[in-house]
Amino acid sequence: MKTTRSTAKPVHKPVFANGDDIQIPVFTLLKPDGTLYAGAGQSSLERDTARRLYRAMLYTRVLDERMMAAQRQGRLSFYMQCTGEEAAVVGATAALDDADMIMAQYREQGALAYRGFTTEDFMDQLFGNQGDPAHGRQMPIHYGSRELYYLTISSPLATQIPQATGYAYGQKLAGQGHCTLAIFGEGAASEGDFHAALNMASVHKVPVIFLCRNNGYAISTPVTEQFAGDGVAARAFGYRMQSIRVDGNDALAVYEATREARRLAVEENEPVLIEAMTYRLAAHSSSDDPSGYRSKKEEEAWRKKDPLRRLQRWLLDRGWWEEDEERELVESLRREVLDTMKRAEKRRPPALETLVTDVYAEVPPALREQFDELVAHVRRHPEAYPRSAPWLDADQADDALRDDTSAHAGEARP
Amino acid sequence: MSRMNLLQAINNALDTAMAADPRVLCFGEDVGVFGGVFRATSHLQEKYGRERCFNTPLVEQGIVGFANGLAAQGSVPVAEIQFADYIFPAFDQIVNESAKFRYRSGSLFDVGGLTIRAPYGGGIAGGHYHSQSPEAYFAHTPGLTVVVPRNPHQAKGLLLAAIRSPDPVIFFEPKRLYRAAVGEVPDEDYQLPLRQAEVIKAGEDITLLAWGAQVEVVEQAAEMAEEAGISCEIIDLRTIVPWDVETVASSVLKTGRLVVSHEAPLTGGFAAEIAATIQSRCFLYLESPIARVTGLDTPFPLTLEKEYMPGPLKVFEAIQQTMDF
Ligand SMILES: Cc1ncc(C[n+]2csc(CCOP(=O)(O)OP(=O)(O)O)c2C)c(N)n1
Repeated sequence: MKTTRSTAKPVHKPVFANGDDIQIPVFTLLKPDGTLYAGAGQSSLERDTARRLYRAMLYTRVLDERMMAAQRQGRLSFYMQCTGEEAAVVGATAALDDADMIMAQYREQGALAYRGFTTEDFMDQLFGNQGDPAHGRQMPIHYGSRELYYLTISSPLATQIPQATGYAYGQKLAGQGHCTLAIFGEGAASEGDFHAALNMASVHKVPVIFLCRNNGYAISTPVTEQFAGDGVAARAFGYRMQSIRVDGNDALAVYEATREARRLAVEENEPVLIEAMTYRLAAHSSSDDPSGYRSKKEEEAWRKKDPLRRLQRWLLDRGWWEEDEERELVESLRREVLDTMKRAEKRRPPALETLVTDVYAEVPPALREQFDELVAHVRRHPEAYPRSAPWLDADQADDALRDDTSAHAGEARP
Repeated sequence: MSRMNLLQAINNALDTAMAADPRVLCFGEDVGVFGGVFRATSHLQEKYGRERCFNTPLVEQGIVGFANGLAAQGSVPVAEIQFADYIFPAFDQIVNESAKFRYRSGSLFDVGGLTIRAPYGGGIAGGHYHSQSPEAYFAHTPGLTVVVPRNPHQAKGLLLAAIRSPDPVIFFEPKRLYRAAVGEVPDEDYQLPLRQAEVIKAGEDITLLAWGAQVEVVEQAAEMAEEAGISCEIIDLRTIVPWDVETVASSVLKTGRLVVSHEAPLTGGFAAEIAATIQSRCFLYLESPIARVTGLDTPFPLTLEKEYMPGPLKVFEAIQQTMDF
């Protein structure tokens, strides 16, 4: 019986294989100035998709700028930017079917922007108000959307990577030709979960794409202290998996690589690892100050490789985009974000009852009792609970309303 | 004596331990040049070099597994887990390995030198995954010592004792108090006893028991109670396991009443263990049921954090109900 897939020949002296022997090239189409490299073939990106892609990148940039400013003004408790990595995130998303699943890490608002998450959706989550489908339980930026096939973000790193393998295996069994994209940082790729995910995906031939945004830092830790050797892409070899390294600031290259990865995943059930080489231009989060661990000079060098400018140039050259159009768009997006933010800030907080719902499918009696005690306590001390006390009776009205609509749910309406 | 906040006291304890013993090493995510995301390890790499204070790759099971090996070898690792919420990838290494090294080898091997530090707790608008208090999970595993300081003086003295303890210690730091708790801390090397609770205020009518950030909350409730003419005895448990039953029981024998408070959910929380033990020790002396004021039996929320947390008003009401039973 064959117990190994290895076809290795025997040798009779100790020969050590070294990871350094394998250097994985970087796939890139667009030069930093936005013109195509000689030898770069025609892009398969079509006009509408290209415009949608670029628009989502612009939107993400505007959103990040505005929300970072809002955080600095104390209007928002926390924020994380995608800045510098828009091409990696949005380029990959554009290469998928809109009903392919995305399991992101936290810095991937560009994927949601591409799929049509509205400004209101963003703001309701960021402000944890009544409109947030997850009822203000998680910190800002922990978005999720079932409609847009985007799993709600979980803070513990890398947990979504093996989940992507499992989800994709289910998609394969369902036979509807879909795949799952797991996006994560090079830091998270150190977690055991990452290795488990790749191993299971290759053993079980799962239609999953692993996209590592190698952006140079995990908070303050540079890649040189994260791993030795030739990056994350090389790890796929140990699992006999397809892998590609791509210029993560080149939306065209990311798009092409992901398109082919999707084909391999969906048509051949081959999992793929993509390593997108990019740079986290902003701070890790609004709580971080990168000046303590890296130089302005290093950041400036990467600013010159801005993924937005590159794609813009390509679009302008093809006549698919106009500078005036961009100016107006950015203006109107800024206004939209600002106006929507103002409304979201004023929306009421989630109902008190959301403290105990969604823990189990049904609230268990002991928890119901804890909740009733809490309500009685809040009623006795309304001044101490300004976020929930003013709404207690409104919540009851809401409940009554809910009961009312469910009672009539089956009735025909005029 | 110097005035320090809780973070500075921890930094000072680590500095003291590293200066006194070259076997002491500090490591974890962002612990090196940056000094940790909260700055608990600031300047240690400058002072003691990259071999003794360094960044690890981002892998908690690796950090603790590595630390277990180091401790077995005779080094004294102080590993940082960035947030207590992220200690769970290392759960297997902690509960199956750290906790059982000595037991399974009949003391041929042990990891007594190991200390795991992790910031825990709510009140910082951290929401679901930056606010948990996981002490009860570890309290259920024999072989571990779980310690929670409440102020800078304790933080230094207890951390030094943890680092020098012959058993592996998990040291949960109340991150809400990192900068908020400021106090006098001796400059010299000193240790506070592990496994020993501290009676921080004597009283007659009722015993209030808490640890870490919750002690301050209980103190505020006690002030409200004193105004209502109720005399409270306040105990800081300090070491969650193995815990100081004697100090708590003798207080309850005197007062006849006990309120225990913690941020973690009610069911299976450490207050349940305390209530069961004290009830069997003090049954005939109890004048009312032991009360628990805790988080809800739910994960930790963000927007409604204040409603979730056991605050002074909730503790005060529990005191009143216990008195009026
Ligand atoms: C299991 C776990 N450990 C630690 C953290 C704290 N943490 C949040 S982000 C981060 C760095 C992640 O870096 P990387 O994966 O490279 O992504 P990037 O931020 O660069 O996009 C860390 C350590 C966490 N969220 N989860």
